[in-house]
Amino acid sequence: MCGIAGLISLNRIRENGQRIKKAIVLQTERGNGLGAGYGAYGIYPGYESLYAIHIMAASEEAMERAALFIRRWFKVQKQEPIPVWDKIIRDHPYFQRFFVEPAALSQHCPGGRENEDDDVLEKMMLMNKEVCGAYAFSNGKDMGVFKGVGTPQEIYDFFMLDHYEGYSWLAHNRFPTNTPGWWGGAHPFNALDWSIVHNGEVSSYGINRRYLEGHGYVCHLQTDSEVIAYLFDLLVRRHGLGIADAANALAPPYWASVERMENHGQQERLRLLKIIYEQAMLNGPFAVLAAFSGGMFSLTDNTKLRPMTTASQDGYTYFASELSALYEMREDLQQIVTPRAGEPVVALFHEPAASGKGVAV
Amino acid sequence: MKLRAEQPGGRALYRPVFDRTLCIGCGECVRQCTFNEIRLDSRNEKRVPHAAGKACGACHRCEVMCPRGAVYIGERPLALRPHAVWSQEAVMRVHLQAASGAVPITGFGAGSDIPVYWNRLLFNACQVTNPSIDPQREPMETTTYLGRKPENLKEADGFKASQLLRLNLPLVFAPMSYGSINLRLQKALAITAREKGILWYSGEGGLHKELYDYSDWAVLQIASGRFGINPDYLTKARAYQIKIGQGAKPGIGGHLPGEKVLEGVSRTRMIPVGSDAISPAPQHDIYSIEDLRLLIYAVKEASGGKPVCVKIAAVHNVAAIATGIVHAGADMVYLDGYRAGTGATPAIVRDNVGIPLELALAAVDQRLRGEGIRHKASIVAGGGIADSAAVMKAIALGADAVAIGTAALISCGCHGCQRCHTGKCPWGLTTNDPDIAERLDVDWAVERLSNLVDGWLHEMKEIMGLNGIYDIGSFRGNRLLLRGVGLSPKELEILGVRHAGE
Repeated sequence: MCGIAGLISLNRIRENGQRIKKAIVLQTERGNGLGAGYGAYGIYPGYESLYAIHIMAASEEAMERAALFIRRWFKVQKQEPIPVWDKIIRDHPYFQRFFVEPAALSQHCPGGRENEDDDVLEKMMLMNKEVCGAYAFSNGKDMGVFKGVGTPQEIYDFFMLDHYEGYSWLAHNRFPTNTPGWWGGAHPFNALDWSIVHNGEVSSYGINRRYLEGHGYVCHLQTDSEVIAYLFDLLVRRHGLGIADAANALAPPYWASVERMENHGQQERLRLLKIIYEQAMLNGPFAVLAAFSGGMFSLTDNTKLRPMTTASQDGYTYFASELSALYEMREDLQQIVTPRAGEPVVALFHEPAASGKGVAV
Repeated sequence: MKLRAEQPGGRALYRPVFDRTLCIGCGECVRQCTFNEIRLDSRNEKRVPHAAGKACGACHRCEVMCPRGAVYIGERPLALRPHAVWSQEAVMRVHLQAASGAVPITGFGAGSDIPVYWNRLLFNACQVTNPSIDPQREPMETTTYLGRKPENLKEADGFKASQLLRLNLPLVFAPMSYGSINLRLQKALAITAREKGILWYSGEGGLHKELYDYSDWAVLQIASGRFGINPDYLTKARAYQIKIGQGAKPGIGGHLPGEKVLEGVSRTRMIPVGSDAISPAPQHDIYSIEDLRLLIYAVKEASGGKPVCVKIAAVHNVAAIATGIVHAGADMVYLDGYRAGTGATPAIVRDNVGIPLELALAAVDQRLRGEGIRHKASIVAGGGIADSAAVMKAIALGADAVAIGTAALISCGCHGCQRCHTGKCPWGLTTNDPDIAERLDVDWAVERLSNLVDGWLHEMKEIMGLNGIYDIGSFRGNRLLLRGVGLSPKELEILGVRHAGE
């Protein structure tokens, strides 16, 4: 059991983390103090074109090794500690962030900068695998993940999220079950543009992981939720799927429903998605909230064994595991939409970001 | 002194045992035994059955058919001194060869004590955090598509799902040729495949005209003998299978003895009545991977673009061979394991050549993934699949579908007497003798086969449900669902499975 909350301003109006914090802190019973985290988009104005790499390290030496690795592969425009209030949690890793652009691309990757994203992701996975004691947990542009071992209130205060302003926010309260609670294992999980928070268990993890490994992804966290972020990266960024297709690939309708469809074009499309992306399909009980530079959306499994409810009002869309958490974000909500099992709820920004690539729906 | 040729000590290791208090002397056992083991004697004006003690192979036909329950099959082991090398089988084989100078032939699949890895693998089950699914209440889907698939949606322009083979469940009937089995049994397999929405593989015996109605569910074989291949054959099937090797006899050819080549077989295979049907060891137009590629594309062209499957035996270098086959254009790779059954093979080959299916399957699936070509071909795995648990374990190791041959025969009466090659199968399965073949009623066989498929499907759904998985696609290649018990680190590494407790 975990708790999820999300909010997005479709007009890209920035706000600090207060509202999202209230929504996730309310869901205390959904966690056990062994993990919480936040993700925010639009928080690094002035650095929109740079990859913001968040690193956690077990020691100063490990952080130094990570810095060396990053300097070897990237042009670092800015490096700074991520401010933390360590009175809140005394025993914690070291945190730094690097704003980088791929530097040595022309040497290592003939074909130029069109493969920037691939290059960054590949290097981050390499670092997580090879640099002992350090872990890059966020690497998208103009966004950041803040997470660790603690309650949602503690993690919020620890990272001082009052001081960040973003136009979309994710939050998660963790009750770890299959893997130990550790700082890297908290949600959200991020891969470039994509961040996800997940409530549930990925019973298909074994094959999802092998599928991703076949495409060059390295799953090093031993946490099933990790694969969801990579799957979105693979399907949307690399394979060019629209959001609807990606949602249908990861959480497809039953074969029986597909075969009953009267719209034969849509039916054949779903057949192909199910056939081609069989190994990407998520099985097990899940509610997922995914955020990217184009918006945010929720997904649930076909029997909806994990809760998700949403509301849209005045240019905002809100997501949460519990209705009461929605009201924490806005008291006078009028239009509550609780999606049916397997039905995605998609909220996209009205205008794409200046630097953002268009994503088909 | 003259020893009987067949058996050391001049006797069989099994014999029918009669309860004379129950026996009414009706002689049914005598009529049922196709090996002339039993005769009726008259004693004190009562007819009494006697076992000759020479030919019983434990087929259990007399036991099952006796109206009084007055006979069962007993064992008669040779009371040899225990010895690690000179076991009963070893002593018998030397006697047999000393008497004949020949190669002992047998049927069925290898029964040696090489590890059966299926028995060393255990499934996971949901507890607390992920609820298991009750297949009686929730949808549980086993739809499976076989064939060459696009790598991603961008590549799927012009591709249609109907180009693939759609199965209601990932099970197929393994190739068994008309000739090695009779037309009645093959028809029963074909009818069941159509009813259940699965596939039947023809083996290398051509396609009898009576089975044309079932050809949409047939994968027709093209093997080294090229029997029965005519224009009809090349357009009728749902898919084709080029047979390179067979798990029960890797590296050698096939030989259907002339005694089994009667009128029907003769017409269908397009060979004279009574002539031996020899399938050479290699296909004489395939001496390299390029040759295989030519044949694959020739079959595709001749058949109007139907999918082509290539069947190989599981041998040492199977992963590399499978890779080559996929690169050569095959849409499916059929892996036939060490324990696969056959109608006839030299015992020395059956028991000593090839590797277990479990290891071969795991290696092939992993290698194809490593090469980035797993989507280009489906894997069908067969050979020694004895229950639905083995089916699901094979799926979890990476098989797209699993083939059953021996299990299908057993469901139609076979008791594993391993004398398929004699043409005297007392159950009417591996015989073309019209009088014996008559024993197999097609409707009954269809009912038995359907029941088997239904029963296994129930169990497969149960196994999916208790793992919290509603779609077989998430089971396929999901090796985290398995744990090994009592396996070495190397075996676990090849299987890609963790040890229990990890």
